[in-house]
Amino acid sequence: MTGPTDAAGEQVTIPAKGIKEPVFGHSPKGGFRKHVLPGNKEFVVGDTIPRPKGGAGEGGKKASEDGEGEDGFSFTLTQDEYLEILFEGLELPDLVKKASVETETIGTRRAGLTTAGTPNNLNLVRTMRNSLGRRIALQRPSKATYDAVLSELLELEEITSPDEEEQARIVELRDKMAILDRRRKLVGYIDPIDLRFDTHVPEKIRNSKAVVFCLMDVSGSMQEREKDLAKRFFMLLHLFLERAYEHTEVVFVRHTHHAEEVDEETFFYARETGGTIVSTALTKMKEIIEERYPADEWNIYGAQASDGENFGNDSEKCRNILIDDIIPQCQYYAYVEIVGEEDEKLLSDSTAGADLWQNFLQVKEAHRQFEMRRVAEPGHIYPIFRELFAANKSEGAA
Amino acid sequence: MSDLLFDGPEWTFELLGKAHDAIEDIALNDLGLDVYPNQIEIISSEQMLDAYSCVGLPLMYQHWSYGKRFARDEALYRTGRQGLAYEIVINSNPCISYNMEENTMAMQTLVMAHAAFGHNHFFKNNYLFQQWTDAAGIHDYLAFAKNFISNCEEKYGIDAVEQVLDAAHTLQTQGVFRYGRPPRPTAEEMQAMQRQRDGFVSQKSVLDLWTENTLGREEDPSADDEVKRRGDMHLPQENILYFLEKHSPVLQSWEREILRIVRYLAQYLYPQKQTKVMNEGCATFTHYYIINQLLEKGLITQGAYLEMMQSHTNVVLQPEYDDPRYSGMNPYALGFAMMQDIQRICENPTDEDREWFPDIAGDPDWKSVMKTAWADYRDESFILQFLSPHLIRKFKFFMLADEAKHPHLVVSNIHNRQGYRDIRSALAQSYDLAYLEPDLQVQDADLKGDRELKLVHTVRNGIVLDPKNRDEVLKHVRRLWGYEVSLTARDQKSGARVSHTSTAA
Repeated sequence: MTGPTDAAGEQVTIPAKGIKEPVFGHSPKGGFRKHVLPGNKEFVVGDTIPRPKGGAGEGGKKASEDGEGEDGFSFTLTQDEYLEILFEGLELPDLVKKASVETETIGTRRAGLTTAGTPNNLNLVRTMRNSLGRRIALQRPSKATYDAVLSELLELEEITSPDEEEQARIVELRDKMAILDRRRKLVGYIDPIDLRFDTHVPEKIRNSKAVVFCLMDVSGSMQEREKDLAKRFFMLLHLFLERAYEHTEVVFVRHTHHAEEVDEETFFYARETGGTIVSTALTKMKEIIEERYPADEWNIYGAQASDGENFGNDSEKCRNILIDDIIPQCQYYAYVEIVGEEDEKLLSDSTAGADLWQNFLQVKEAHRQFEMRRVAEPGHIYPIFRELFAANKSEGAA
Repeated sequence: MSDLLFDGPEWTFELLGKAHDAIEDIALNDLGLDVYPNQIEIISSEQMLDAYSCVGLPLMYQHWSYGKRFARDEALYRTGRQGLAYEIVINSNPCISYNMEENTMAMQTLVMAHAAFGHNHFFKNNYLFQQWTDAAGIHDYLAFAKNFISNCEEKYGIDAVEQVLDAAHTLQTQGVFRYGRPPRPTAEEMQAMQRQRDGFVSQKSVLDLWTENTLGREEDPSADDEVKRRGDMHLPQENILYFLEKHSPVLQSWEREILRIVRYLAQYLYPQKQTKVMNEGCATFTHYYIINQLLEKGLITQGAYLEMMQSHTNVVLQPEYDDPRYSGMNPYALGFAMMQDIQRICENPTDEDREWFPDIAGDPDWKSVMKTAWADYRDESFILQFLSPHLIRKFKFFMLADEAKHPHLVVSNIHNRQGYRDIRSALAQSYDLAYLEPDLQVQDADLKGDRELKLVHTVRNGIVLDPKNRDEVLKHVRRLWGYEVSLTARDQKSGARVSHTSTAA
């Protein structure tokens, strides 16, 4: 389940083939043209200018005005947008329970500006804009003006024996300084009325968590093909749930004649041999739920993939665990049986099947959040996934 | 009690009404404008983007290319690379203008003066619009077109309709009559149209193929025949869409109707393409005059006036050729400057003006001079007539001669006595659509012979068609014609064949 889930910035680019709108247009190159341009500065008749790169002056531009600059037009979908399309129209099953599982926490959201607040929330840009506007409006003398007067005054004062004119000027400048000083004190650089603070308001944030259990049979009968199909299904489920919940965890449980919780790598790639006892995985899942994922805090999803083989009468045990313990705690539980591509009978008839399938059919009758499907090739996965999560699914299955 | 129309940035519908009445008073009684009744609608930025994608029309049939335009404009707008227009105005009766809701009251006032009176007057009075567009009927026609095309989609499938529209769109610029009215139908053709309405001759051309050729009414193809045939088909024909609509042997009647719709809308928009400078100039001149009058009458505050002027100066900014913002002539700037110049020539003519514009220099009634100019010219003729040496100097125009053979561009004229006339006519020509757009005509199509549609491109000044686009369009034309299509490029002066392309190859 690496790949798209990890690479959040990954983009899906669909090439822009077939959206060109060709029209008859002049070629931007060749021939004789005249251009009239504004803003002559130094040219006189007869001056020559090297031809600008990319063709003949304006010609290149005209071509794009006609809409041909769009040759490279392509839609770039972010992963989110892609998933939006992929999962369009799909809904989480059993939303009633989901709502009750949601917990709410309080976060904050920006909510404009106020005139009062703490210094750490001071909005400098707005404050300085107000200050500048006020200073201009009230004609506060700028530092430059002040400095100019001051330096002239100092210069004059340094003259040891100023003549009459200079003395008059000194007096004049001193008066001016006094006025400037008073104005600068009167009109502050920053005034309390300039201050603007960012405000935040508390907001309730819906917080929901989900855990997906991926259960897979890894006994000898599950070959690369079967595992690949199972992986595709799990991946889709994970992507879909990740969109619906803020926090999604995945638990991988694999089983032969015993079950164990493993990491993703081991789950999909490590080899294991042994018999096939499906109930061990279900027991393991039940244990993990009890241990770590209390059903009143977590939305629990189960997804199981197997080739449909099971040991002896273990299938009945599976049925009982599912009906009594697991399904009541789950939002949804999907069982996918991977069959050979040649098993047309199994694919077309949902009532036919081996022991495990028959028992699971009973589970399905008991619980409407349990669904089961058969797949034989990669092309089946997506349609079946859509079927499982189709919006407004008929309630007949209940 | 102050006379102010408004004081403050927020607009309300009452204030808009008040401002509208004040503007109308100046526009009608002072400037003497003649306008369609106004219908002003306030729209959001989303709606503005929608309107953009419908080439500025209030209703449009569906086609993916409009979605493409919408996606582009929306992305540009959302990423802040392109602002939206303050208004869009439609040449219709009543004249509809869409104003953005986020405009301030001052901007709404400016925009009303600009669009609801400036553009409106131009639409109603300019000869191109009067002769070529039907302002009262456009809404009904658009509604008809939209319904017709969506019905076709239901009946014949979205893909089939899209194929015809794709092909028709490629010929939009070849779907207008540039000089003359469409050939009037003869009595014979009127009868044929009648039968077509009865559902009989939608395939008349095909019928010709069968009866004349297959059933063996053999006739020697003589020279007379060719003359008659070409006469019947109104050849040569510059309006390729019109020709295909009338004479293509393979199109169904609904496909012909779609070609007619595309052609009709191209023709409706053609006057706007020819009058960008004048239309914007007229609207800008009008709003400038009106807001100054409003200020003079004490109806707006100086603050509001400054806000309007700030926007006005942005709009009429003409960057010089070496400015990074330069992207060709700004039609607002040129149009507005020329119209102000006309007013100046009337009111304060110089000796030079008297020499260049003897009939308007010193005319006491500049308003009627202006209205005549607005009514009787298009961009090309307007510039050729009214661009004064004064303005050429003001814009510091210079002219570059660009001969592909030479490695350098040559400055051939500058803004001096020797250059005025050449610069003026060259600038005028750069607004002549018949010159800017390639000259293509249907030369011949012999339905009894090889049925090849023969197009001719007249090459002016050695400027040929862009080959990639040309070949793509020819494929579309072939689809509409049903048989092979060839395009011969001939030099305008020598008549020598420059190139020959055919879909058959």
